[in-house]
Amino acid sequence: MAVHTHDNTDAHTHEIPAANTGAIWRTFWILAAITAVEFTLAYVMKAGGLRTSFFIIMTLVKAFYIVGEFMHLRHEVKSLIWAIVVPIIFIIWLLVALLTEGGSIFMLR
Amino acid sequence: MAATATHETLTTGSDATFDKKSWMGGVEPMNASYGKLMMWFFLISDTFTFSALLVTYGLIRYSYPAWDPAVYGEVFQFSNLYWPTPEKVYNSVPFLHGVDLPLIFVGIMTFILIFSSVTMVLAVEAGHRMDRRDVEKYMLWTILGGFAFLGSQAWEWSHFIHGTETGTVISELVNGQTIQRTIFGANLVENQYGPPAFADLFFFITGFHGTHVFSGVVLNILIFYRTATGLYDRRGHYEMVEKVGLYWHFVDLVWVFVFTFFYLV
Repeated sequence: MAVHTHDNTDAHTHEIPAANTGAIWRTFWILAAITAVEFTLAYVMKAGGLRTSFFIIMTLVKAFYIVGEFMHLRHEVKSLIWAIVVPIIFIIWLLVALLTEGGSIFMLR
Repeated sequence: MAATATHETLTTGSDATFDKKSWMGGVEPMNASYGKLMMWFFLISDTFTFSALLVTYGLIRYSYPAWDPAVYGEVFQFSNLYWPTPEKVYNSVPFLHGVDLPLIFVGIMTFILIFSSVTMVLAVEAGHRMDRRDVEKYMLWTILGGFAFLGSQAWEWSHFIHGTETGTVISELVNGQTIQRTIFGANLVENQYGPPAFADLFFFITGFHGTHVFSGVVLNILIFYRTATGLYDRRGHYEMVEKVGLYWHFVDLVWVFVFTFFYLV
């Protein structure tokens, strides 16, 4: 049924250009590879500051590819990119403030 | 509404009088349509909500000691005295009862979500080409991925709530006497895996994310329906797929952070 209607519309509309999905699959493989590395590290490395910083760096790289490529932000105009990226400063502030707070609660316990 | 609109108004609508690049007379700021820009600003506000939850996790986690073999014994045990090691909590996979497989199931969930994000971009790309059949195909895959993720999460929650077979013995003060009690699983007030706050944060953060996945699936189904009934073909563009796609990728993005800070670190 669905196929039938589809053919009908196609008959009197346009030629569909070929898919161009190279960049999408490249991004997918990057994300998959980083996730695989994260897993490997979770198994082979001891928990600690070094492993945590590796995890955070890899998470940020993944975030860059998801936001930049999948959400297409990298290809938008500069003002839109900055309008989205700059407010993240507040999150960094919150993170620093509350982790410090957590540390001091730990000392007081 | 599309069904009632006649063909005539639609053709005049795509004439020069209707300029895609204008916001009802104004020029498109930031070279983005109104809907897309507002989706971006909504996502920024949602980013703040999720960040607040994850940063709270950090705060509470930092306020508890971590498990230290030198202090609490060589073999890791669940206790409400210290924060649990995630790979000891999330170590089961459906149908493999009793096998210690740390983080495998949550890894599968991560890949499901990344993959459904890929099918979503493929749907957006097909929309740019006005290829209705491809949009339908990739939207269906994306919806399937969303349901697979939600199902996995239901399983994960159910396991977390019911707990391990042996449970954990806790000591508590009741009427001035210390009594010992075995608790199984976790809820909002008690938790066999660690401090009660650990379970609370688990339920709130993964629950809030799961709610987002659920509403994303609902939106995806709506988009699929409207694609299949030809609304976007008649409208002349598939921008709705793009806007809902932004939301769906955002859900994937949040999971990337939840995965790192809840399960790996």
